[in-house]
Amino acid sequence: MAREVISSGNELAALAAIDAGCRFFGGYPITPSSEVAHEMSVLLPRVGGKFIQMEDEIGGIAVALGASMSGVKSMTNTSGPGMSLKAEQIGLGFMTETPLVITNVMRGGPSTGLPTRVQQGDINQAKSPTHGDYKSITFCPGSLEECYTEVVRAFNVAEELMTIVIVLLDETLGHMHGKAVLPDLEEVQASIVDRAKPDPSIPKEEFKPFDVPDDKPAVIPPMFQGYRFHLTGLHHGPTGFPTEDAEICQRLIERLHRKIDVRRKDLLDSYEEYMLDDAEWLIIAYGSVSRSAREAINRLREQGVKIGMFRPITLWPSPEEKIKEIGERFPAEKILMPELNMGQYIDEVERIMKKRPVALNKANGRPISPTEILDKLKEMGI
Amino acid sequence: MAFNYNEYLRTDKMPTLWCWGCGDGIILKAVIRAIDKLGWNMDDVCVVSGIGCSGRFSSYLNCNTVHTTHGRTVAYATGIKLANPDKHVIVVAGDGDGLAIGGNHTIHGCRRNIDINFILINNFIYGLTNSQVSPTTPKGMWAVTTQYGNIDPTFDACELAKGAGATFIARESVTDPKKLEKMFIKGFEHRGFSFFDVFSNCHVNLGRKNKMGEAIENQEWIDSITLPKAKYDKLPEEEKINYFPTGILHHVEDQMEYCDAYDLVIEAAQNKKKVDVPIQVKPF
Repeated sequence: MAREVISSGNELAALAAIDAGCRFFGGYPITPSSEVAHEMSVLLPRVGGKFIQMEDEIGGIAVALGASMSGVKSMTNTSGPGMSLKAEQIGLGFMTETPLVITNVMRGGPSTGLPTRVQQGDINQAKSPTHGDYKSITFCPGSLEECYTEVVRAFNVAEELMTIVIVLLDETLGHMHGKAVLPDLEEVQASIVDRAKPDPSIPKEEFKPFDVPDDKPAVIPPMFQGYRFHLTGLHHGPTGFPTEDAEICQRLIERLHRKIDVRRKDLLDSYEEYMLDDAEWLIIAYGSVSRSAREAINRLREQGVKIGMFRPITLWPSPEEKIKEIGERFPAEKILMPELNMGQYIDEVERIMKKRPVALNKANGRPISPTEILDKLKEMGI
Repeated sequence: MAFNYNEYLRTDKMPTLWCWGCGDGIILKAVIRAIDKLGWNMDDVCVVSGIGCSGRFSSYLNCNTVHTTHGRTVAYATGIKLANPDKHVIVVAGDGDGLAIGGNHTIHGCRRNIDINFILINNFIYGLTNSQVSPTTPKGMWAVTTQYGNIDPTFDACELAKGAGATFIARESVTDPKKLEKMFIKGFEHRGFSFFDVFSNCHVNLGRKNKMGEAIENQEWIDSITLPKAKYDKLPEEEKINYFPTGILHHVEDQMEYCDAYDLVIEAAQNKKKVDVPIQVKPF
C-alpha cells in the first residue's frame, strides 16, 4: 500500500536509505543537509545499523567507505564545501569499486557561499568530483517523492555497478515540508539490489575480485568470509594488487567507464516529459527549478499556449538520445533553460542538441519563480 | 624450529618493496608473531594502511587488506570495525600519514576508544617520497624541504595519544624485535584503542644526508634516544628532553570501548529510551 507522509526532502532521503537496506552512515554536520544525518542517527540504531558523526567531512566519507568495503550498505551526506573535502575519497571509491550513496544538498557557492540558501552550483562538480578519469553517476530529484525514490534507486545502482552514486538535492527540496506519497514498502524491498557474490565454485583462495569481463563491475565479497582480497587506490590488475603494467592499467580505466556506459540506457536514463506531446515551446529544467517551470507551464497552458517540459532526473551520465530527440523538435530560440547557476547543464544540452537554448540563470541563493520564467518566455516572444 | 611466516604472508609479493635494511620488515614479522601467539584466524583480521612506505604493509599480509588514501586510515578502519565489532582491525601508518595529514583522525580514534590497533611506524622522515620533513623529524636535521636545517618542533606521539584518550599506549623500536612482539601481544589483546609508536630506521632518506651511517648505525641512533620507562622516569627533568620512554606507557581498562558503547545506543533506540551513561564532563 502506498504510504502518505508529511515530511521534508532531507528526512525522506534518510527514510529511503533505511528502506533500501542502508545500515551504516558516516558524516559531518553541514547546512543545509544536516537533517539527513539527524534522521539517520535516530533510524539506524533502531534497525541495528550504525551511525557515526566523524571529526570532519573526509572522515565522514572514509568511515562510510570502510563499512561498505566490509560488505555493509553505506551512505554519507553533505553540502558543497563538504563535497569538495570528500573529493579524494570519492576517487578511492571509484577505484576500489566500493558502492556508496552520497546525498549532496546543494547550497550557494563557491566557498562558504550562502549556507542557508539554494543553488544548483554543484552540477559540474558532480560530473567530475575527483581527479583522474572515471565516470560519475548523478541523480537529481525534483519532488519530495523523488527524494525518496531516487535515493532508493541510488542504492540499487551503486550495488549493481559497484560505484558511488551522487544524489543532488538542493536547499529548497531538502527543507521543503509537505505531503508525499511513497511507494509501498514491500514493493521497495522487493526491488532491492545487493552486490554480486562470488561464484561459489571458485575456491576462495583462487578468487580474484577484479577478474571480470571488460564491461562488468568488480565482484567484491564481504570481508571476513575467507576471501582474503586486497583493495587499493593504485592501478591494479585482476587480483586487486598494484601493477604498472601498461595494458592492465589501460584496461582497468576503460572498464570503469564501460561498466557504466553499456548500462546507461537501460539502467540509468531517467527523465520526465511534461506536456510535450503537442508542445511548440520547451523548458528544460531539473531539481527544484522544475517546480517553478511546471507552474509556469500550467499557467500558460490555461491560456492555451502549447508548452511543455523536459526534466532530466539522471544528470550524469546524461540521457543523450532523449535530449537529442527532443532537441530536434524545437528551434533553439523556443527552448528555455532556467538553472540556479550560471549555466552548467546547458553546456551538456548544447553539446548533445548542437544548439544552445536560451538561458535563465541565477546564482544569488534565491529560487527562480514561475513569474521570472514567464517574463523570460515573454521576452522570447511566446 | 624456526618460526614459519609463510602462512601469514602473501609470499608471491616477496621480496618487499622496502629498502635493504629497512626496519619495516622487522615490524611486519613482529606483528605476524603476535597474531600467531594470540591464535587469531587471518580470516578475522583486517589490516588497513595509508600512503608512504608503511602503505605497502597491508599488501604483504595474507588477510583482508585495504590500502587507503593518505592519512585516512583510522577513518576507514573505524568503519570496518564499527560494522564488524568482533573482528580484529590493525592500522599501519607512518609518521607523516598518522601525525600530519591524518592527525585529526588519529586524535579522534583515540578519543572514541574504538578497538583499533594503531601501529605508527615512526621513521622520522617522509621516506617514500624522498626525505621531506615530518612532524617527528628532529629539530636541526636536514630534510629535502628543510635544507637549511629543520626549525619545526618535533612531536611526542604517545603524549598526543594519551591526551586524546587512547587506553593502551606503548613505544618500542625495531632494535628489539622481542619487545616489539610482546608489546603487540599486550596491545592486540586490549579492547580499546591501542596506540603503538614504533621507532624504525630510514637510513636511506633520513640517515644518508644527516650523516648517520647505514642501517645498523641508524638503529644505534634510535637506541641512543630511547630509554625504558622505568629508567626514563628516574632521569632528572632536564635530561628527559634527550630521550623517549619505551615500554607500556599507559594502560587503563575502565573506559568503555566504542563498539560496546554503540550497542547501548542500539538497545536504547530499540527500547525508546536514552542510553544509561552518566553525564561526564572530563574524559578521564
